[in-house]
Amino acid sequence: MERVGATFLIAGVLTFLLGFFLQGVMPILTLRNVPVATVEEVANPVTPEFVDLAEEYPAEFERSFGKPTPASFAEALTLGRDLYVAEACWHCHSQFVRPVSNEDVRFGPVSTAEEYQNEMNLPHLFGTRRVGPDLIREAGKHSNDWQMAHLYDPRSVAPYSVMPGYAWYFEDDLRPKKEALALVAYLQWLGSWQR
Amino acid sequence: MRPTAAAGALERPLVNLDLVRWHLTASAAFLAVSILGGLAYAFQFHNLYPFQGVELLSAGRVRMVHTNMAAYGFIANAFIAGMLFAIPRLTRRPILSDPLGWVIFGAWQLFMILTIVGQLAGYGQGIEWGETPIFVDPLILVGLVLLVVNLSVPILRTAETGLYVSLWYFLAAFGWTGLVYFMGNYLPQFWVPGTAGAAITGLFIHDLVGLFVTPIGWGLMYFFVPVLLRKPIWSHALSLIGFWGIAFFYPMQGVHHFLFSPIPMYAQYGAVVATIAIEVVVLTVLVNFFGTLHGRSDAIRGNLALRWFYTGMIMYGLTCLQCAFQVTLTFQKIIHFTDWVVGHAHMVMFGVFGFWIFGFFVELWPRATGRPWAHPRLLTAHYWLTLAGLSLMIVDLTAAGLVQGYLWANLSHWAQSILASAPFWWTRSLAGLIIVAGQALFLWELWATARAPIARPVLAPVVEAA
Repeated sequence: MERVGATFLIAGVLTFLLGFFLQGVMPILTLRNVPVATVEEVANPVTPEFVDLAEEYPAEFERSFGKPTPASFAEALTLGRDLYVAEACWHCHSQFVRPVSNEDVRFGPVSTAEEYQNEMNLPHLFGTRRVGPDLIREAGKHSNDWQMAHLYDPRSVAPYSVMPGYAWYFEDDLRPKKEALALVAYLQWLGSWQR
Repeated sequence: MRPTAAAGALERPLVNLDLVRWHLTASAAFLAVSILGGLAYAFQFHNLYPFQGVELLSAGRVRMVHTNMAAYGFIANAFIAGMLFAIPRLTRRPILSDPLGWVIFGAWQLFMILTIVGQLAGYGQGIEWGETPIFVDPLILVGLVLLVVNLSVPILRTAETGLYVSLWYFLAAFGWTGLVYFMGNYLPQFWVPGTAGAAITGLFIHDLVGLFVTPIGWGLMYFFVPVLLRKPIWSHALSLIGFWGIAFFYPMQGVHHFLFSPIPMYAQYGAVVATIAIEVVVLTVLVNFFGTLHGRSDAIRGNLALRWFYTGMIMYGLTCLQCAFQVTLTFQKIIHFTDWVVGHAHMVMFGVFGFWIFGFFVELWPRATGRPWAHPRLLTAHYWLTLAGLSLMIVDLTAAGLVQGYLWANLSHWAQSILASAPFWWTRSLAGLIIVAGQALFLWELWATARAPIARPVLAPVVEAA
C-alpha cells in the first residue's frame, strides 16, 4: 500500500511541476533578458507631480520626505505602494490596459511586459475587478489637489463614485499626512514613463 | 469520550469525534465572520457602508477578511473535519496522533485570527486569495505540513488491498497544497516581479481552487454519497478518468485569470485549452455521480445531506459549463474585470463547496454532538433560503457583468457603468441579506442542537426534509 500511496504523491507533484513549468517558468524565461529595475532606478528621474507636491504642501512634505529627490521619491513610492496593498485598492482598480474593448482609447497605450519589470511590482498589482477605472495610465490625468480631495472624500469630486474615503490619512485640519502624500505620489507615478 | 465511540477502554476510537466537532464549530464561526464581512462590503456599493470612516474596518480590508475566511476559515476547517471522519473509516486506521490533531486545530484557528487582525491592521498581502499577511504565511505552511503528516499516515499504513478513489484525491491534494501555497505566497512577493509574477499568481489562484479545494471536496463526495445512498459508486473506471484528468489539466490553467494581459500569448492559449479540456473531464465525474443516483433519486427528497451534495454538483456543472465559455478570448473581451466574475466565484466557493460543507454538517453534527437535530425544519429553511439567495446573486451578478462590460466597450463615461450597476448592486445586497438570514437560522440550529439537554447516541442522523 505504501507503494501505491507514493505513486499518487509523486504523480501529483509531477503534474504540478509540469503545469508550473508551462505556465510559470516559461513566462519567466521569456522575460529573462529584460532586467528588473530597482525602486531607486524607477524613482529617477522624479515625476513633476512629486515636485508639485513639495510646492503645494511644503510644510507637510518637508516633514515627511524632506526635499523631492530621487531618494525621497523612492521612499514615497514604496510607502504608497504598500498602502495601496494594505487598503486592497487593487481589488477595485486594475493596473493593465488590454488590447480589446476600446481600452486603449479610454485609458491609454496597451500594457507591455517590460513596464512591469521592476521591484515596484513585487507583487504585481494587475488587479481582479474594475469597480473604478484602471490606474496604470493615471499619471497626470488629474491634479494633485484633485487626487487629495478624491482620497479624502471621493464624492466631493466624483459624485457618482462608490469608493470609500480615506480620512485617516489626513490631519484634523484636512492637511495630508505622510501616507496621503505617498499614495498620491504613487498614483501620479503610474504610467508616468509613458508620457 | 463520546458515547458513539465503539471501542474498548484502552483502545483509541477510530474517529476522534471531538476533533470533528471542534473543526466544524470553527468552520461555522468563520462562516459567520465571512458572510457578515461580505454583507457589510456589499453596502459600500450604495455608499451605506456601516463602518464608514473607521480605519480598522475599512471596506477594502474587510473584503480581504471576507474572501480569506471563506477559503481558510470556513472551507478548510470543514474539509479537515470531513477528512478526520472519512480517512479513518476508509483506512480502518486512526489518524497518526490525537494530541497533534488538537495542536493543528488550535494553531489553525490562531492563524485565522492573526490573519483577520493583520488584514484589518493594514498588513494584508497583495496576492489574490493569498492576502494572508506575510508573517502568517510560514505559520500556515508549517500547519499544512503537520496536517498532511497526521492525515496521510493512516492512508499509507492501511491494510486495505485497494486504495479507494477518495484517498487518491486526498493524497494528491496533500502533495499539492503545500507546493501551491508556497509558490503563490512567496514567488510573486519576493522573487518574480510583474508579468511573470502575474502568471504565478494566476496559477496560485486556480491551483488553490483546483488542487486544494476541488480534490478534497470530490474526495469527500466519493466517500459520503455512496455511504448515504447505500450503494457503490456507479463506475470506478470513470472515477479513475476523472481523477487523472483533473490531476493533469488543473495545474495548467492559472494564466486564464489574466487573458489579454502582457503575459506571453502561448501561456494564455495553453490555459484556455486546458480549461476547456477540464470541462470534459468534469462531465465524466458528474455522469458518474448522477449514474450512482439513478434509481435512488427519491433520496434527494428525503435526505437533506444528499440534497445539499447534489445541489452543489449541479452548481458545479453550471460553473464548469459557464467556465468553458467565459475562458474564451471572445467572452473575456467583455466580462473580464466585471461582476460576472464575482458571480462565478460565489457560485464555485459557496454554491459548490459551501453547499457540500452544509451537507457534511447535516450528516456529521448529530454524530459529533451525540444529539439529533433540534429543529429539522430550520435546516430545511436554511437550504431553501441559501439556495434562493445564492441563485439570485449569481443571476444578478452575471447580468450586471454583461452590462458593465458593454458600457466600458462602447466608451460610455465611467459614471454610466456605476449608475447602471446600482439596481444590480441593490439586488446583490438583497440576495446577501437572504443568504445571511439563512445562515443565522443554521447557526442557531447548530447551537440549539449542541445545547440540547438529552444526549443520546445518534447512529443514522437522517433528516427528513420537507
